[in-house]
Amino acid sequence: MADNFLLKIITPDRVFFEEEASMVEFNTTEGEIGVYKNHVPMTVIIKPGILTITQDGGVREAALHAGFVEILQDKVTILAEIIEWPEEIDAERAEAARARAEERLKSRTPETDVARAETALQRAIARIQLLK
Amino acid sequence: MASMRDIKRRKGSIQSTQQITKAMKLVSTVKLQRAKGRAEKSKSYFECMYETVTSMLAKTGNLNHRYLKSGSSPKKALILITSNRGLAGGYNSNVIKLVTQGELKKEELSIYAIGGKGRDTLRRYGYEIRADYSEFIEEPLYIDAMNICKDVLAAFESGEIGEIYLAYTSFRNTVSHDPKLLKLLPVELSEEKPEEEKTSQALMSFEPEDDQALDMIIPKYITSLIFGAMVESAASENGARMQAMDSATSNAEEMIEDLTLMYNRARQGSITQELTEIIAGANAIS
Repeated sequence: MADNFLLKIITPDRVFFEEEASMVEFNTTEGEIGVYKNHVPMTVIIKPGILTITQDGGVREAALHAGFVEILQDKVTILAEIIEWPEEIDAERAEAARARAEERLKSRTPETDVARAETALQRAIARIQLLK
Repeated sequence: MASMRDIKRRKGSIQSTQQITKAMKLVSTVKLQRAKGRAEKSKSYFECMYETVTSMLAKTGNLNHRYLKSGSSPKKALILITSNRGLAGGYNSNVIKLVTQGELKKEELSIYAIGGKGRDTLRRYGYEIRADYSEFIEEPLYIDAMNICKDVLAAFESGEIGEIYLAYTSFRNTVSHDPKLLKLLPVELSEEKPEEEKTSQALMSFEPEDDQALDMIIPKYITSLIFGAMVESAASENGARMQAMDSATSNAEEMIEDLTLMYNRARQGSITQELTEIIAGANAIS
């Protein structure tokens, strides 16, 4: 396919992914979006969710938890604070984290950091969904 | 001239010191390789982060965002990155000097220390140590930087501190590292290359809108700076230690050579003396 753009995903400790892709989808603060080549230049903030990369060879998925994305016409750069391939996720830990976050949100006290618990929950859900 | 036994003892002691410095040099060489690899791997992230943030700030212009102006409090937070262990040449004292002899006033600073050496020295000088994250420097993790960032930003937002600085040692290459003092907050717009940005990023839009985007990106930017500083400092520490231990080892080598010469002379001297005495004794008898 001719309509490929360069997708670069970098984390603080490694270059996670740097290949051509035809489409990438992820979850932002404004909702889920999909990006093709020649998208309007934009910077968006990421919300925990599943990142889907469509390439000529097929589709790859990863759990993307935090960071932001710089979209240019022929290049998309994802500055990810936390991102994982499915094989790097520990299913039991994710399940436990979800239970913990739900518990915290249910038994809400004034000291509960609601925002933090919610992000933790979103993260855990993203991980679990990806594994399914 | 010192006696043979004294010289021998001295030589032995230097030799065992040399063994220690040699071992430390080897250890820090290995650690340096690892830390250097980490610093290099993380570099592209910071460069990208820096570019994005500067282009964002250039675009938003003179926005009256809370992260872009200093708080009302005269207090300044300083994140000081040093090592937990000594024997690294001037590594720790160079950063500390930057703080104590810089323009920042002692009364206004509250120190967030990463690294035991800096913490102890500044405490001795009478600085206010607000928090201590010394255990993080051994193996810098991004999550640690996030925690530190959260703490200082909380203090900034509550109005306890008005500005945030970061003192660390930047790693240029294995043999040269410079102590650096960086202003983290308020974020300062760099003036460089505005033209280039205009062409490539003029159409960049943000989602959500500017204010919120800054709210979210600037903490990430600061976290990445702190993390980058931690990684670079760790590499510099090991580089400095490697150098210090290398010169200590070669100094020991030199001293051992001198002492060996002295020892041989003393030995020769005592043999000659003994012979003279025997001959003199024999002459006296006959």
